[in-house]
Amino acid sequence: MIAYLIRRILYAIPILIGVNLLTFALFFVVNTPDDMARMQLGIKRVTPEAIDRWKQQRGYDKPLFVNTAADSAGTFTDTIFWQKSASMFVFDFGYSDDGRNISREIATRMGPSLAIALPTFLIGLVVYVSFALLMTLFRATALDMAGVALCVLLMSISGLFYIIGGQFVVSKLWHLVPISGYAGGADSFKFVVLPIIIGVVGGVGSSSRWYRTIFLEEIGKDYVRTARAKGLSELRVLFTHVLKNAMIPILTGVVVVIPLLFMGSLLTESFFGIPGLGSYTIDAINAQDFSVVRAMVFLGSVLYIAGLILTDISYTVVDPRVRLQ
Amino acid sequence: MTFIPVILWSDALVFLLISAIIAATVYVRKRPHLRLPWQRVARSSVAMVSMLVLSCFLVIGLLDTLHYRVALPQAGSGEKVYSPEVLSVFDHLVGPLRTHTEKTYSAPFALHLYAKESMNDAQGNVVRDYPRLQYGGAHLDDVSQRAADVAQRTVGGMLAGALVGLLLAWSLRRHLKQRAVQLTLVALTAFIGALVSLAAVYHVLGTDKVGQDVLYLSLKSIRTGLIIGTLTTLVTLPLALFLGVAAGYFRGWVDDVIQYVYTVLSSIPSVLLIAAAVLIMQVTIDTHPEWFETSAARADLRLVALCLILGLTSWTGLCRLLRGETLKLREMEYIQAAQAFGVSSMRILSRHIMPNVMHIILIALVMDFSALVLAEAVLSYVGVGVDPSMISFGTMINGARLEMGREPVVWWALASAFVFMLVLVLAANLLADAVRDAFDPRLNRTEGGA
Repeated sequence: MIAYLIRRILYAIPILIGVNLLTFALFFVVNTPDDMARMQLGIKRVTPEAIDRWKQQRGYDKPLFVNTAADSAGTFTDTIFWQKSASMFVFDFGYSDDGRNISREIATRMGPSLAIALPTFLIGLVVYVSFALLMTLFRATALDMAGVALCVLLMSISGLFYIIGGQFVVSKLWHLVPISGYAGGADSFKFVVLPIIIGVVGGVGSSSRWYRTIFLEEIGKDYVRTARAKGLSELRVLFTHVLKNAMIPILTGVVVVIPLLFMGSLLTESFFGIPGLGSYTIDAINAQDFSVVRAMVFLGSVLYIAGLILTDISYTVVDPRVRLQ
Repeated sequence: MTFIPVILWSDALVFLLISAIIAATVYVRKRPHLRLPWQRVARSSVAMVSMLVLSCFLVIGLLDTLHYRVALPQAGSGEKVYSPEVLSVFDHLVGPLRTHTEKTYSAPFALHLYAKESMNDAQGNVVRDYPRLQYGGAHLDDVSQRAADVAQRTVGGMLAGALVGLLLAWSLRRHLKQRAVQLTLVALTAFIGALVSLAAVYHVLGTDKVGQDVLYLSLKSIRTGLIIGTLTTLVTLPLALFLGVAAGYFRGWVDDVIQYVYTVLSSIPSVLLIAAAVLIMQVTIDTHPEWFETSAARADLRLVALCLILGLTSWTGLCRLLRGETLKLREMEYIQAAQAFGVSSMRILSRHIMPNVMHIILIALVMDFSALVLAEAVLSYVGVGVDPSMISFGTMINGARLEMGREPVVWWALASAFVFMLVLVLAANLLADAVRDAFDPRLNRTEGGA
């Protein structure tokens, strides 16, 4: 198990190098720092001096890979690649365009992101699985049909409308919670409750339908027939037998997103003015702050790979037959 | 009026796609075993109703794809000068919808603007009141006649539409056998009839901030949504197909390399990868303004680039599925027999493997369509979607979301985008389900004589 984990972590390194090279190529080779400077300073009427100054302030005035002007070690370290891209491996993301330390910014913004994302995830999981179990219990009846129809309808609505509609009805018409904003500590409840509810409702359609498919696949298997033959009630069969056996496919889709919860949700956070990583990313995209976007891309892939490893571990927890080697 | 046809990049790709679909249809029609699953789709009334609704969207999208530029009137002789504005056949057909722009917001069926203005009354005094619209309901003397006029036009339009629908249903009765489908057809044409007769004189869905008709904006958005949903597959499909099948069939280092590439790509959260790529593309487009003759050409190239980026970032899921299926297929006896006979790898891949993974591709493509239409709206909101000057559901929502905070609230633009998107995506989802059910070999069916 330990050896397996170590191998998985080692295997993650070439993938992260790939991600790093890809983002580096996107941000520095496809468009040169000169293009970016021109973009930031305005396309027309920009002097070469202004471009040089912009590049120098941000440390983009170095060669991409090999610096022939520097001495022995500096040949490789005094380059854009080393300073802007390779440094991300130790989570040193450098500074954003407004001069803040990106790593510190990420650390402080994780809290608000989690305050929304974690409850949404947990409540959502319980709601979706229960709804799916309910549909499975009443399978092939009018109730099941209505449930599936509702799911298809709900998943055909863009996530934007859940947020805009929810904000309009709950905050503007009913004045139950503030429209947007955030506060730390106990005050945060009134700010996070609506985003959480909207997040859960927005996922009902696709998730419940997916879980229903998983349960229906399990329910056709032999052990279910055996359990019924033993005289167990349908509820008992569903909750103790089917639910347990459906854990593996459920975990495959669920565990991998747990680390990504840290990244927050782009839409929810920006609509509700939550100072989390999601709104940080959106602001960076709108301000074309490339260093922040690069940092978020790298962070996202690290968390995704962590999620894959967690998924493997979770298999051994729920299914003793799975052995990692 | 003379004009010059304009073929934008996306138009050319749409024509390519249509010819591919026509070729595929001809191919499938000749082969009963390929026709069978489609006949299963045709037997499902839900699928046929969805198809009917989707085909309305498709017709609008296609009409909106035939672009041209009008020649400007000029004095004296000389070189012909064409207007920089790129129009489409659809624009021409709905003429008044496009040209009848008011000053600013007006509610659906309104006769007056939504904002007060200073005006001179009959005595010459300055009063603040809601001015009459320039076009909306201009044929009426005052508001009291509106209800009767709307009712009369609705009934007239519906009757005319229903008549056309009945004729259509009768002439297509051999193909559209289900009663539900025939009823939908008549209801649809009646609805369109009423809409046409009303839209000629009213702003049926109101007007937006700059006075543009919201119905026109909604109809124009259809093309953008369809393009994103379909052109992206032109990129996804070859990548996923060739790489997935090659990885599964050749295994070894080919498999390792391909797996590495798609793990790297799929480990980056897709919105971020798309955002990064779009930001880069934006810089390239903005630093090369000399590439584009018209602003429509620039917006269009951005749309095509967005499809390209969406395709490049979303082929990994399908690729993984195809690799898994090919790994299974290559152990089948008929493949091994072919190998033993010395059939070349290329021939095995094209003759034996590819036809047997087609159902996976088809299912994945129809399932992706609605996800892509929804993604466009989100990406445009995030600021990495289509060009802000291009009419799309995303830009409509983006422009309208602050209007919900106005007092009194301006709800119609958002509501129209919501309804149009819902109908489009719902129909696509229902059709996708039917296609999946018909093509998925894991579902065991009992069909006599089929």
